[in-house]
Order: sequence, then C-alpha cells, then structure tokens
Amino acid sequence: MTLEINGQSFETDEEGYLANLSDWSSELAEAMAQHDGCDLTENHWEVVNFLREYYDEYQIAPAVRVLTKAIGKRLGKDKGNSRYLYELFPYGPAKQACKYAGLPKPTGCV
Amino acid sequence: MSEELQSGIVKKFLYINRRAPHGTNYAQEGLEVALIGAAFDQDVAMAYLDDGVFQLKAGQDTKAIGTKNFSATYRALGDYDVKRVYVERESLERRGLSEDDLMPLVYEDEDDDWEEKPLIHVVSAREMQQIISESDVLLNF
Repeated sequence: MTLEINGQSFETDEEGYLANLSDWSSELAEAMAQHDGCDLTENHWEVVNFLREYYDEYQIAPAVRVLTKAIGKRLGKDKGNSRYLYELFPYGPAKQACKYAGLPKPTGCV
Repeated sequence: MSEELQSGIVKKFLYINRRAPHGTNYAQEGLEVALIGAAFDQDVAMAYLDDGVFQLKAGQDTKAIGTKNFSATYRALGDYDVKRVYVERESLERRGLSEDDLMPLVYEDEDDDWEEKPLIHVVSAREMQQIISESDVLLNF
C-alpha cells in the first residue's frame, strides 16, 4: 500500500503502518490521523511521542498492557489506564498510536 | 487448549535459546514470541544455553553486518513481566564469558516501590535441568 501526502507517496504495509521508520514526520502523523477521522491533540501527542521514545530505546513497539503501565509511570495514574487511552485511541491505544508514531505493529498485539 | 485458557490455567513456558544472536532469525524471533506470550499473561521464563549465551552479551554492534540491533529489546523483558532469565554457567565459561560480560537486565518490582531487581540468574547445568523439567511448555529457538 502507499499513502499520499502533499503529493509525496509513502510505502506502508497492508494495515497502513509505515514501511520505513525514517519516512516519519509530524505532518505525516497528522495526515494519518485525519485519514482515520481523528484530530491529534496534545494528549494524543504525549502518547505518540512516548511510543517513539520507547521504540528508540527498546527497538520494539510495546503491547498495550506494557504501554499502559509505562504511561502510568511517566504521566501519572490518571493517564495510565485503558479507559483514558481508549478514549484517545478508540481503535486500540497501542495499535493506533503506533501507526501515527510511524512504528511497526506492536509486539504482542492481535 | 481453549478449555484450559477459559478456565484460567496459567502454564509455565520456558523459551530455550541456544543460538548466536545474529546470522539467523532464531534469536530475534524467539524473543518476540516470548514477549507476545508474556503479553497474554503466560508465565514466561527464558533460558540461554550454548551459543545462546551470546544473545545477552553487552555492547553488541550490528552496523558492520547491516541488521537491526535488536539486543536493546532484551531490556523490555522486565516491562513484559518476564522476571526469570536463566543463563547456564558452563556455557558461559566454555566461551570465555562471565556474568560481567552480560547486559545488566532488570525489572521494576511494582510491589516494592518500583525497585529495580536483576533479571538474570546464572545457574549450573544441573540447575538448568531442573528448571527445564519443571516447565509445562518448552519452546526451542
């Protein structure tokens, strides 16, 4: 699959995850979100940026349970729960946020 | 299997890793499968024997062979609630390695104010036999 943004095309897998991590930009993240009918707020960005840092450090995209726990530790208990994260990312916090972060599909996700 | 899952029985999985980290996919795939199992609340432990002990060596650098340096991912084991990583002492010694050559893997103990605790346990071949015999499911990589 390819994703067309501002006249440029980017390669993705069949579920819309970027094929090349290095193609990522914040504009691309916004465009991917808009395609899903989602506007990225500061709260969304907190999670997306967290995932990019996690990937940079561990070379994997974390499963939702791991993400929830890590967010709770970093941003506080009121954000480290699945209710909050599912409100931000209704298609599944790890899956959807990883997509906007330009990461592969999370390890441990169905 | 499905009946057991429904009844909530947690089986003890042991992932046995015997191969060098790079050159084949076994090490990386084995690690990913183990993390996926752990994400599904299985009781997961890791065992490193033979050339598998090289997987945990500190300071790996894959630039020259042009592959992803996934060794950073071992540090995620603790986040996935894998708390037991066994390394066979004899395998280390035969390769001129000791525990000091390995990555310092830790997990944060939620019940102990997030204190970092070591994940790696260096065990003798005899202890490894015991660990293997006490596991319900063995997966070889």
